[in-house]
Amino acid sequence: MTVAAQHDATGRRDDAVFGRFDKVHQSFVRAGQPPLVAIEDISFEVAAGSLVTLLGPSGCGKTTFLRIVGGLIAATSGTVQVNGRDVTEPHADFGVVFQQPNLMPWRTVLNNVLFPMEILGLRDAQAVTRVRELLALVGLESFEQAYPAELSGGMQQRVALCRALIHKPKLLLMDEPFGALDELTRMEMQDLLLDIRAKTGATVMFVTHSISEAVYISDVVVVFSKRPAVIADYIQVTLPYPRSAEVRYSAGFTALEHRAGRALGITR
Amino acid sequence: MSARSLRNAIYPLAGLTLIVLAWQLYVTAFGVNRIVLPSPLDIARASVANWQTLLRETWPTFWESVLGFGLAVAIGIPVAVCVASSRILNLSLYPILIATQSVPKVAVAPIILVWFGLGMQSKLVIAFLVAFFPIVVDTAAGMRATPPGLLELARSLRASRLQVFLKVQFPAALPFVFAGAKVAVTLAVIGAVIGEFVGSLNGLGNLLLMANSQLDSALAWAALVWLSALGILLFAAVALVERLVMPWAAIGHH
Repeated sequence: MTVAAQHDATGRRDDAVFGRFDKVHQSFVRAGQPPLVAIEDISFEVAAGSLVTLLGPSGCGKTTFLRIVGGLIAATSGTVQVNGRDVTEPHADFGVVFQQPNLMPWRTVLNNVLFPMEILGLRDAQAVTRVRELLALVGLESFEQAYPAELSGGMQQRVALCRALIHKPKLLLMDEPFGALDELTRMEMQDLLLDIRAKTGATVMFVTHSISEAVYISDVVVVFSKRPAVIADYIQVTLPYPRSAEVRYSAGFTALEHRAGRALGITR
Repeated sequence: MSARSLRNAIYPLAGLTLIVLAWQLYVTAFGVNRIVLPSPLDIARASVANWQTLLRETWPTFWESVLGFGLAVAIGIPVAVCVASSRILNLSLYPILIATQSVPKVAVAPIILVWFGLGMQSKLVIAFLVAFFPIVVDTAAGMRATPPGLLELARSLRASRLQVFLKVQFPAALPFVFAGAKVAVTLAVIGAVIGEFVGSLNGLGNLLLMANSQLDSALAWAALVWLSALGILLFAAVALVERLVMPWAAIGHH
């Protein structure tokens, strides 16, 4: 579909393209059965510094697509380019936040956030300072010596967010990171994400199955169809920044929710 | 000490006191022959009267158990790591491990004695043999039970195999390692005593046999009590090390 054209039509043609996905197709071989086609054909572009959500029903392949973008699995066919390079494996420019916090119970908050720096061989005094800055940003500055078991689910996911940001990734990949949180914590985390995005300028790709979450945080919502996934709609979110509680109840917000709902086949 | 940990200490003590009391009453009331079953009081008296002998004989058993256990840890953990990280090693070593485990150690003990003599070495080897298996099995299970999310995280950062092992798999396996070690350390004491039974010059197992053959049941029972105390002490020592090595494990389980 003519995603690129739609993109240009909004007058943002000056934006540099950061991610380019062309005819991405993914099928899984199954013993004694025809291959399972998870992703039929996905093509779109992501502008540098934008926040793009992949919205779709459960099991539609949006998480698989995110893992392909992150280089964690390879697409069966198609082109995946990030920052001008073909993605074949994970890259130090990427930060990943998973559905579960995936913190190491034996490490303190500080050492959990430092984990990527250790792996990349960048652990030093500066890194520790940066951990403290990030923890302050998410409101956990007094918990750096705490163990994950002492934190609530929302706090753990904030630590995971810091860990994904510690090595200053250019692309932040988030796989339903707030899915396991309660509604109020979730809304807090959405505002926190917008705040962090504004401060770091990272490009964000965010998987969710919540329509309101997608519309609230995004510049662009890419709606995935049911499996095998194709793009059901590509929605430019033109709501003003900073996004706030009032935005959630505006007519524009509701209209975008309706449009996403129609693309998902929930509403007419 | 919190109210809960106090309660945790009181209940087992109360249970033990009750059993000892019932035992004492039974022996006194029915006039049981003290060769057949000495009363707790008799055992306590024998224990106090022979404390120097008992202490002297405790040391060989202690060292046999501790060194056998130490050897089992030193060899068992690397073997488990190899078995868990290589399919070929797993296929070629694991069946042999299972096979050796199914050989009754009591049956092997005489052969070990022929090989290593009547001294400490033979007991150490038997203690090692019985302690080895739980450590290998539990460590290998722990190495395979690494949360997939943590592995994926490491992969997203392109961690090397060594980094994954040192920073993710092994720390994640530690609770399993200690579970195996706690079983192994009590088994090591049993292994040492088996060795002493088959042939030895000293040790609590040796003392127990001697006292038994002289119909000194009170002393035999005293040796048994000291053996149990030794086992409990070693178990507690491993549990203490576990707490020191994994302070995080105590959080959220109080």
